[in-house]
Amino acid sequence: MPVEQKATGQASKEELLGHYEQMYRIRRFEEEAARAYAQGKIGGFLHLYIGQEAIAVGASAVLRKEDYVFQTYRDHGTAISRGMSTKAAMAELFGKATGCANGLGGSMHFFDLENNFLGGYGIVGGHVALAAGAAFKSKYRDEDVVTICFIGEGATNIGGFHEACSLAGLWKLPLIVVVENNQYAMGTPMSRTSPVEDITKKAQGYGMAGERFDGHDVSVVKAGIGEAVERARKGEGPTLIEVLTYRFRGHSMSDPGKYRSREELEERKKRDPVALTRQRLLDQGASEDELADIEDSIEEEIAEAVKFADESEPAKMDVVLDSVLAGARAPATDWDEEGAHG
Amino acid sequence: MAEQVATSNGSPNGSGEMKSKKANASTQSEMRDLRYRDAIREAIDEEMDRDDAVFVMGEEVGHYQGAYKVTQGLLDKYSDKRVIDTPIAEAGFAGVGIGAAMTGLRPIIEFMTWNFSFVAFDQIVQNAAKIYQMSGGKVKVPIVFRGPNGAARQVSSQHSHAVEAFYSNVPGLHVIAPSTPRDAKGLLKAAIRDDNPVIFLEGETIYGVKGEVPDASEDEVIEIGKGRVAREGTDVTLIAWGRPYYTALQAAEKLAEDSISVEVVDPRTLRPLDHELIKESVRKTNRAVIVHEHWHYGGPGAQIADLIQREAFDYLDAPVLRVCNLDVPMPYALNLEEQVLPTVERVIAAINKVLYRD
Repeated sequence: MPVEQKATGQASKEELLGHYEQMYRIRRFEEEAARAYAQGKIGGFLHLYIGQEAIAVGASAVLRKEDYVFQTYRDHGTAISRGMSTKAAMAELFGKATGCANGLGGSMHFFDLENNFLGGYGIVGGHVALAAGAAFKSKYRDEDVVTICFIGEGATNIGGFHEACSLAGLWKLPLIVVVENNQYAMGTPMSRTSPVEDITKKAQGYGMAGERFDGHDVSVVKAGIGEAVERARKGEGPTLIEVLTYRFRGHSMSDPGKYRSREELEERKKRDPVALTRQRLLDQGASEDELADIEDSIEEEIAEAVKFADESEPAKMDVVLDSVLAGARAPATDWDEEGAHG
Repeated sequence: MAEQVATSNGSPNGSGEMKSKKANASTQSEMRDLRYRDAIREAIDEEMDRDDAVFVMGEEVGHYQGAYKVTQGLLDKYSDKRVIDTPIAEAGFAGVGIGAAMTGLRPIIEFMTWNFSFVAFDQIVQNAAKIYQMSGGKVKVPIVFRGPNGAARQVSSQHSHAVEAFYSNVPGLHVIAPSTPRDAKGLLKAAIRDDNPVIFLEGETIYGVKGEVPDASEDEVIEIGKGRVAREGTDVTLIAWGRPYYTALQAAEKLAEDSISVEVVDPRTLRPLDHELIKESVRKTNRAVIVHEHWHYGGPGAQIADLIQREAFDYLDAPVLRVCNLDVPMPYALNLEEQVLPTVERVIAAINKVLYRD
């Protein structure tokens, strides 16, 4: 459902090359993660971002390093677009000590403090208030920093979203809530989860600005989120953005996706953000060789990331025990064994 | 947001096919082998068929056929009037369920996992558990909250809670945690018919476990608050439910090779707890070990240990021990998760300790 584009956002070839590289990196990272999952090297849940890459990359393109980002459990693409190394990301998926959360968080809980990526969260809607809290801190400290919180469209029905947006609007926090509307809350289409089709209609009730645009074109995303970021930087308060997108894979690896038709999926894949950007680059005069160079170097990078993850040390119990409380070590046994305490 | 983990990974013995012991007293009735998830579905189906006040509400319960396929086929049979898909809004639909229960319906509210019930904790604790007394005993809340409980496999810290301790703390709630398909079915039917709010904890990793269940025509309803002896023994009482129940049976099996006779007691209901059964068993064996998922601090094991020291103090030959999760949030990496959860080895070590064999 294409909507009227407010922002057209023309990027220069150089900019676009950068975006393409980042999107291609995320795509290939996740394709290899899916393969590793099938090989049993990754466990638990693995929610892929494939099809949505333009959103993370477009948003990251307008952020500064010191800006804060929060994401749901579908977090690989956003973390990488913020600068997390694919090695640290892959090692986390493999449950290794060298992972971005030392192997303790896994796919759903990436963290990268160096790039102010403040986490992937597993409980729907719960992290919106955290993001509002980070924005609150920036305002409190009078810092020129904004916070972006990504959520799914399914999260807009839960109380956590509502309360956080109410506070953000009330206190004019420098927060941008980006709803990545990929049409399905797990297996349920939006028509059965939301009383309104246009989520940005909710913005008015929160005293937030609302913007809605397509998410398959990285330049459109960049321009759209860029406007909201500028508003937030100028102290004009928060924005609720709905980006219309689509995930090409299941909700997670165990979802066969029976709730949508093959035709629908194929139709959507025609607007693959990675392929679209590649074509645009060719149209803007980039050569096949130029693009192949980028792709080859990413191929190499991802292969190295997998190798690094494979060869890294397993996650360590010491880190588990030391990370329950700051400044105190948890007992290495349960209640009844020697050395345990309550 | 989670959905099914492959049970081939998550089952207690890694096969997803573990058969429960023939622990129930044999009856003359027709028995069938059913999976745990199918037994739960049968209970829901039969109760919906019996009473049109019963309905199911939750995320993905209808069109998706249940995140863990527990409600598979029910939408077709009962229509979307009685099998109701909700948005991701646990506090909202838990509250709607409570309101419907107050006014005469009998809702079955499914949480996709109990990890997601925490956003509805307010509704359950402040409303479901309080309204009957708050109204002077005038307004009943006949509602069942059900869903998978406990760690699956590698789903990390936010998706691995076993919630017994949280809900068992609250007067006004029943808390049921069946281990076998038969108990799951019979107890769920009892829960649906009960006039109080019931917390019904299904084992996320035992949905694929098979066991004998009486024929549907039996309409077996198992009394809430009654445990059972799953395996008779004389040397030590081992108390467990849910996934750790299977860990306990494996430990008992192994110790039998050493001529140690372990009595495995499955309380089935955690609130109210079957005092009599536990007391009798410990008075016979003189020793007790409790195994459960999740943390020891204020956990159900502490409550059971308290019961034992009060009711069987003079019979005890050793301190009561508990085997629980290590006292940490659940890490993602498999090598760490396996150390955090109660294992057969740790259960055996605890039993050796109360038998002074270590």
